Amino acid sequence: MFSLPVFLESFGPLIWAARYTLLISFLGIGLGLVIGALICAARLSPYIALRRFAAVWVSFLRGVPLLVQLLVFYYTLPVIGIDVPAFVAAVVTVGICASAYISEIWRGAIAALPKGQSEAATAIGMGPRDIWTRVILPQAVTMSLPALINELILLVKASSLVSVVGILEITRASQAQAATTFRPLEVYIAAACIYLAINLCLAVLGRYLEHRTAV
Amino acid sequence: MQASSVEIRKVNKFYGPFHALKDVDLNILPGKVTCLIGPSGSGKSTLLRCVNFLEEYDSGEVRIDGQLIGYDAPGKKMSGRKLREMRRSIGMVFQQFNLWPHMTALENVAEGLIRVRGLPKAEAQERASAALTKVGLADKMQNHPSRLSGGQQQRVAIARAIAMEPRLMLFDEPTSALDPELVGEVLNVMKTLASEGMTMVVVTHEMGFAAHVADQVAFMEKGELVGCDTPSRILHQPDDPRIQSFLRTYHERNSF
Ligand SMILES: Nc1ncnc2c1ncn2[C@@H]1O[C@H](COP(=O)(O)OP(=O)(O)O)[C@@H](O)[C@H]1O
Ligand SMILES: [Mg+2]
Repeated sequence: MFSLPVFLESFGPLIWAARYTLLISFLGIGLGLVIGALICAARLSPYIALRRFAAVWVSFLRGVPLLVQLLVFYYTLPVIGIDVPAFVAAVVTVGICASAYISEIWRGAIAALPKGQSEAATAIGMGPRDIWTRVILPQAVTMSLPALINELILLVKASSLVSVVGILEITRASQAQAATTFRPLEVYIAAACIYLAINLCLAVLGRYLEHRTAV
Repeated sequence: MQASSVEIRKVNKFYGPFHALKDVDLNILPGKVTCLIGPSGSGKSTLLRCVNFLEEYDSGEVRIDGQLIGYDAPGKKMSGRKLREMRRSIGMVFQQFNLWPHMTALENVAEGLIRVRGLPKAEAQERASAALTKVGLADKMQNHPSRLSGGQQQRVAIARAIAMEPRLMLFDEPTSALDPELVGEVLNVMKTLASEGMTMVVVTHEMGFAAHVADQVAFMEKGELVGCDTPSRILHQPDDPRIQSFLRTYHERNSF
């Protein structure tokens, strides 16, 4: 039998644990945006060494599962003498992983701009810096917002993986809860509800941005 | 406003092995209108784009008021700064308008004045609004390009170019992307510019415009400049069979 009281009671600790889910996803995407911008710039740079590096970065991070990246990162650092808290390791790994996808999102958005956009600026005598900051980036960033929200939704879900390095986010908290209450069904459905609520909010935000940018 | 002259001497351009411009020679006199006509793929856009060095020519010379554009000396590229300096006085209008969709009409026109000419924002907007008024868009200044018709967008693009006070204007098929009923409003703006003594180079399929507004018409085919003469000599009594055949096709397509 489904126990409503157990179901409702499990929300308390799970919502409390959701702060880690949100922190890791949001800090992760923040870091991913910064690194992703650098990787994208490297990918588009005139220097072949930088382009190669960026291409390897992207294909490596997209080719290895996040779970494995987490374990590698978490267990390698102590070996080379770096002692970081699990939370930091998790954020950094999630951020680095996201950077691969984000750099590709941005590269795609930049490539989708018609060449005439920058040519018109070049023709009136604008320099590369103004062309990037005034013409290309504002359009590319706006265009990429829906895809970035989508990436954030993926990260919220993927953040359940950081439970393997011992962070008490929603998934790990629900496992603990299920073990003490012997009521896995109610607890995991509650966890599902919380994930769903977070991601529905993000999806609405994404839809709004998409709507607003479709000039 | 002083008008510029352009001298094109033995210009060659290759795309890989493809010879896109073959020893092209053309003289463009200050204050005159030159129309470039010819079949599609003949190199008209390529030649036009060599004039402001949007396309790099491989050999020969393009001189604006005597000054070589793109190179300091043959084979030695000009610095980006110097090139931008030269481009400031050359306006260009594209077939696809190429307005910036995230800016209003006014911002599109003011942008170059602010970033390139370094004018304060208020003065730039004043000049931008004067340029838009000149092309008949005083009431559309706050519209984004997506809220304008093709003809209006192209007029904004012309305003964006003339606000920079160029001495030479390049047009690459400015009416080819427009619905037929919107062609006239753009051609009228161009006629006004021509009557004010602007040097203009216009790639076009509008033979009426070439016949009535151009001072000279140049015909290109397969990367070669086949002939350049007065509109009546090229359009009505061409002696080159390639021009005759092009005009025959043109008349056939436009008669019904
Ligand atoms: N970027 C490019 N790369 C390769 N070939 C090109 C490029 N641009 C133009 N061409 C070729 O050069 C020729 C002339 O092109 P273009 O100047 O655009 O012709 P037009 O404007 O007269 O129609 C065409 O055959 C075209 O395919
Ligand atoms: Mg063309």
